[in-house]
Amino acid sequence: MKIRIASLLASVAAGSVLASPAAAQHARHSPAEPQQSAEAQADAKTKCEQEADRHRAMGHPVADGACEPAAQSEAAMDHSEMDHMAMDHGSMPQGKPAEGGMDQSQMNHGEMGQAEAASSSMDHGQMDHSQMNHGRTPSQDMQGMDHSAMQMGSDADIPLLPPPPEAGSGPARAAVAIWGEEAMNEARRELVRETDGGMRFWFQGDRLEYRAREGKEGYLWDIQGYYGGDIDKFWFKSEGEGSFGEPIEDAEVQALWSRAIAPFFDFQAGVRQDLTGPERTHAVIGIQGIAPYQFEVDVAAFVSNKGDVTARFEGELDQRITQRLILQPRAEIALSAQDIPELGIGAGLDRIEAGLRLRYEFAREFAPYVGVSQEWRIGQSADFARAAGEDPSVTNYVVGLRFWF
Amino acid sequence: MIAVNRRKFLGAGAGGMGLLGLAGAMPAWARGADILAGNARKGLDELSGPNIDLTVARSAFATGNRRGGAIAVNGTIPGPLLRLQEGTTVRLNVHNQLEEDTSIHWHGLLVPFQLDGVPGVSFPGVKPGETFTAEFPVRQSGTYWWHSHSGLQEQAGHYGAIVVDPAGPDPVQADREYIVVLSEFSAMSPHTIFDKLKKGEGYFNYNQNTWTDDYPLSGEDRRMWAKMRMMPTDILDVSSAAYTYLLNGHGPLDNLEYLFRPGERVRLRFINAGAMTFFNIRIPGLPMTIVQADGQNVEPVEVDEFQIGVAETYDVVVTPGAQQAYTLVAESMDRSGMGIATLASAPGARAAIPPLRDPPLLTMADMGMSGMDHGSSGDAGMSGMDHGSGGDMAGMDHGSSGQSEMAGMAGMSGMQMRDTSLLPSDVKVGPGLDMVSMNPVDRMGDPGIGLADVPHRTLDYRKLRALTPHREGRTPSRRMEIHLTGNMERYMWSFDGKKFSAVSDEPIRFAYNERVRVKLVNDTMMAHPIHLHGHFFELVNGAPADRQPLKHTVILQPGGSAQFDLTADEPGDWAFHCHLLYHMHAGMFQIVTVANPDGSEA
Repeated sequence: MKIRIASLLASVAAGSVLASPAAAQHARHSPAEPQQSAEAQADAKTKCEQEADRHRAMGHPVADGACEPAAQSEAAMDHSEMDHMAMDHGSMPQGKPAEGGMDQSQMNHGEMGQAEAASSSMDHGQMDHSQMNHGRTPSQDMQGMDHSAMQMGSDADIPLLPPPPEAGSGPARAAVAIWGEEAMNEARRELVRETDGGMRFWFQGDRLEYRAREGKEGYLWDIQGYYGGDIDKFWFKSEGEGSFGEPIEDAEVQALWSRAIAPFFDFQAGVRQDLTGPERTHAVIGIQGIAPYQFEVDVAAFVSNKGDVTARFEGELDQRITQRLILQPRAEIALSAQDIPELGIGAGLDRIEAGLRLRYEFAREFAPYVGVSQEWRIGQSADFARAAGEDPSVTNYVVGLRFWF
Repeated sequence: MIAVNRRKFLGAGAGGMGLLGLAGAMPAWARGADILAGNARKGLDELSGPNIDLTVARSAFATGNRRGGAIAVNGTIPGPLLRLQEGTTVRLNVHNQLEEDTSIHWHGLLVPFQLDGVPGVSFPGVKPGETFTAEFPVRQSGTYWWHSHSGLQEQAGHYGAIVVDPAGPDPVQADREYIVVLSEFSAMSPHTIFDKLKKGEGYFNYNQNTWTDDYPLSGEDRRMWAKMRMMPTDILDVSSAAYTYLLNGHGPLDNLEYLFRPGERVRLRFINAGAMTFFNIRIPGLPMTIVQADGQNVEPVEVDEFQIGVAETYDVVVTPGAQQAYTLVAESMDRSGMGIATLASAPGARAAIPPLRDPPLLTMADMGMSGMDHGSSGDAGMSGMDHGSGGDMAGMDHGSSGQSEMAGMAGMSGMQMRDTSLLPSDVKVGPGLDMVSMNPVDRMGDPGIGLADVPHRTLDYRKLRALTPHREGRTPSRRMEIHLTGNMERYMWSFDGKKFSAVSDEPIRFAYNERVRVKLVNDTMMAHPIHLHGHFFELVNGAPADRQPLKHTVILQPGGSAQFDLTADEPGDWAFHCHLLYHMHAGMFQIVTVANPDGSEA
């Protein structure tokens, strides 16, 4: 292996020297000016020291003083004999001699234990990586190696700078002089509008279902939608349920301002109006989005016009069985800060609902489903339910439709 | 080499079109009635000479079982091939018969900026019923193309090929030559496609990982992807679920034929005029020699397959002969479908059509974690490391990300997908940025998603060398860095976290003749073809400075980086954008302003 690398090194070294036009390789080593200016040397030294520091930080042995300008004869450099030929010469012919004043041979790349250091600059296509055992040896050397600094060493000579003053400032207006201000301004506005993601309307019937339970048949709707752009949206939600032949049990609508606050989450605030039972209006704040592991979550807190504080957590997870058959576990938890007897809500954990729905996406937008949903009233809420002659635990078998447009 | 007038073969190059006997029978305008009554014709006519008329009109199109509205130029899809001559002056008249504004951008041609055809940047656009004339000297030779830069018209059929014959002898000698315009047709309107992309994550992807797939993903891999809220199968945004892939307007069932005589050198000019599709090109049984990239001659490279990004062009030379026929396969990068043509020694001769290969998966490298992928994701594992393709291990700069990531790899527990401290201060951190590449290595040596492990020779940018040395040898005077940013879930795309609407008054500025090294860092898990108008830049690909290949479009591999050296010597305002149409439409667009030679602002 060592012999192989050594011979590769030699061939790379020879190849790069022969292949590179001397003029390009020595762009800064002007023949008329064989000695580098002190300034350039100092500059090179600083860079070298930064480089050396980086290597030290990685645990590579770098001798102190490695960055001292070498003897002038070295600055003039016989490239063919230099040790740092192991570095990436692909970048060298571009006229950015990274070597100015630096004696990289003292950096001991050759002693890095695994010889990967040297190989980093080489054509890996020719190397047998299977022997390098990356899978099992994430050794300190490997981890700490900053190969990029070696390959892109030449980049360090090109400063990261803003445009010079000659580049001008202000908006792009070259076309104004030719086509007129009015025409160009209009076209620019249109371009900005067009590339802004646009405003759109989305409507989703998340759950529109028939529910069968012991002795009763009922229905449920859970819809939402928005109108807006990438960041700000008007968001609306409505949920309700009931049994056939009876007045609607529960129904509410929410109107929210929704603002994207993170890649996967929107902050929402607005009002909720209950449409059944005692007159109630609530202020709403919440977060809706996608949590790690692809959970779709919707968390909201409510303060009613009677001062009651409640909260809800909803989570759904789409599990693709096939490209179109999707199993969706769903959970909803309702909490209350106080007893609200007229609503049958007890303080603390009020209600838990767990569901499992299996849908088939004939189209992404159109997916009928079957499923089961279990609801428990908890604690004081359960007592309220029993008092009202209801079972605090209810199982619903559901058939429904999920759609959006 | 047999000297043959290449032009006479081009008519046949449109395959079945020659057989239809319609080509050139009537001037395009005279066929107006037909255009309105029925479908646009498949294939392309050739237009040449000093004065060329292009008429943009509503049309319809059908292939296979898909039919829908379209925009045709001179009645065909693709529109006509413009055959120009280097050193002449050409006058191109664009007649707009649409009910909306239109435009034509001459993709890759060096033109005065005001004729570059980008509404809102270089000119106001062409109003309905009006004619726009672009007259300019043709300063170069090679394979280029044209397309609408208005709205989403390009997707609907508003594109075509440009071939510029060199003033001197062509270093590429061939007995025949053909155009291969790659594109897509969808029965769905482009605006509907965009709407679906915005509302439904993975809407067009029917190769998603499921409980029943046979992807080489461990349970751990699957949980890791789910944890990131991303999909390893998110290769292309739009798939064959919406697209039929076209070669010169011909779908897979339309029997496009390229005829050859055994032993002839055949030059194929590939142009990816697709809106959203990277294609993997191969001709089973026939090696291809790449001779030109983005219109600029390169040292010949023989390959068996190459990936062509949206808006790129490659010229290849093949010498068919051993077989009666060869199948030209243009497989979409997500392997959801393919475009098909036949190289045939006699009309009707056919070769076997290979089946679609298994869809590829994104790797650790695609997540911006090059060098950390030590076999954790099945077959994709090593390929992510990119050693086999001449890649370097450069950029294994774990220093910036600490070493816990490496140690914690088993559970991916220490993984940080969005460490915004790694970003320069001018990158805006917000909802539009869902990921930061932890270790964005230079991926010039990557053959493209899905090609790292194919059992034959592929192309990558490191294999490209300019055929002749170019004049520029200066060391860039400064570097700059641009980050490609996005949010797949919200379908937001931008540069430096800012959609064009946020920076429309802050162009990227260059002094005249300034030479700048531009580093593009891809902080997303998608490949983006980045196109700069009005210039050729040189890929910093390890070639000697004067042999760095010249390109107008560069693919940024997911989670990786690429650098190019730009000599900003074309004054004016130029568009700079991702050439995935819907990414540009979502905000991944900027203006580049190059000052005038006299130092005045452009």
